[in-house]
Amino acid sequence: MSEIKEILINSDNLETDEYSVNMGPQHPSTHGVLRLLVTLEGEKVLNVKPYIGYIHSGIEKMCESLAYNQIIHLTDRMDYLSAHMNNEAVCLCVENALQVEVPDRVKYIRTIMDELMRISSHQLWWSAYGMDMGAQTALFYGMRDREMILDIFEETFGARITLNYNTPGGVMFDIHPNFQKRVKEFTKYFRKILPEYDRLLSGNIIFTERTKNNGFLTVEDAIAYGVTGPSGRASGFSCDVRKHHPYSAYPFVKFNEILATEGDTFARYYCRILEMYESLNIIEQLIDNIPEGDYAVKLKGVVKLPEGEYYQRVETSKGDFGVFIVSDGKKNPYRVKFRSPGFSNLFALNSMVKGYKIADLIAIMGSLDLVIPDIDR
Amino acid sequence: MTNEDLKIYLDQNFPEATITEGPQYIEMTVNPAVLFETASKLKKSTETQFDYLICLTGVDYPDCFGIIYHIESTKFRHTMVLKVKTADRVEPAIDTLTEVWQTAKYHEREVYDLLGVKFNNHTDLRRLFLEDGWGFPLRKDYVDEVRIIQR
Repeated sequence: MSEIKEILINSDNLETDEYSVNMGPQHPSTHGVLRLLVTLEGEKVLNVKPYIGYIHSGIEKMCESLAYNQIIHLTDRMDYLSAHMNNEAVCLCVENALQVEVPDRVKYIRTIMDELMRISSHQLWWSAYGMDMGAQTALFYGMRDREMILDIFEETFGARITLNYNTPGGVMFDIHPNFQKRVKEFTKYFRKILPEYDRLLSGNIIFTERTKNNGFLTVEDAIAYGVTGPSGRASGFSCDVRKHHPYSAYPFVKFNEILATEGDTFARYYCRILEMYESLNIIEQLIDNIPEGDYAVKLKGVVKLPEGEYYQRVETSKGDFGVFIVSDGKKNPYRVKFRSPGFSNLFALNSMVKGYKIADLIAIMGSLDLVIPDIDR
Repeated sequence: MTNEDLKIYLDQNFPEATITEGPQYIEMTVNPAVLFETASKLKKSTETQFDYLICLTGVDYPDCFGIIYHIESTKFRHTMVLKVKTADRVEPAIDTLTEVWQTAKYHEREVYDLLGVKFNNHTDLRRLFLEDGWGFPLRKDYVDEVRIIQR
């Protein structure tokens, strides 16, 4: 007892040691099974090492024994919040390889769906991020508005999250007669609601104190680590695939690429809020002008790609998603690779959190919008 | 640069590489011995500035292992494909490009994990998804009688 007293009195004798803590694989703020090995000195984070693979499902290996129109259904399960964009990437890749030109109607429908999906993904992220930061109300607001989009999806596709609506050459079936009316109702409603998101979180002093001026990512680092999507654009890395390599109906619409220069956690947060406005703009430009015509080009039952290597990029709600197909002319691909945005984004985490407190780690990681099946594949 | 300009530029500057025009991008295959040199040159040259590694893929071709780099310039917005091949099946190894593109570090770990290609001078070459001693599932001669049903 007296020894301890002596140590406490002569506090010069106290030594601090670095120590390592496992965060996860089951941790509420990772929203999935991700383990971070965090090295700490007191409360300060020195190093973060992500350990992944807990839900590795070998999708790329599975694809080697499946036909092209079966692969589409697996891509849903990677980033389930951008299911429609992932489907579209495979379809576009197959269409490019076969040199099939899809009707304009298909392009318009796909683009509207992309943007609805992007809004719903950002809404879910906004809700969960609010909850991570201790604002329970955000969760209810976000979920309430997301429900409207999911109802629209349900009416047209019969599914709410994993849509499987795309097929090579078009879409599965035509849009529901109510579709345009309901989408217009939604955009009108959501334009009114979005400023409320700002009032609830973006201007909240507790929230801004936790997110502003931490987790900086420079534009050089963003490019070097390949951080794409809103996370990359918040650092000033212009990486919007829709803008630089337009596909589907994006060449027909006017929209801005949201860029920020701060590169901190709040910039990443606010980029997503502004992206929701842009998505609404895109939907409003397209929804009244969906051209008449077929909703699909008839392809052969068994799709065979000519020998060669094909790459297709699309912009999902997380960033730059790529599909790389090596074909040897048979009905199954020889090799499929999915470039998932989350994978590259996750590994930039270490350079963002160094030197900040462990509570900031939650804020910074949340702002990357990680979906774990997307990383593990 | 457009694809045509890029092809002319590459032909002039990398006479020893094999340059072909793919369906979308210019594809350049280089010898593993000059991979690092070529990649640094592609990144640093003021005319190309390939600073963004989009995707790194390992493929088990019938006669060799291929590593495929899709690279883009964020300034000029041109994209190309860099390829390197190694025929060694027992101890395949090529140079790491971590120093050129940071993100390569983790993509290379993924390739090592699933395909068993080693990367020389890599600072942290561990398995990424699977356990040690699993085997390399993306190789075409991988056999797993329990989990994979052959049709």
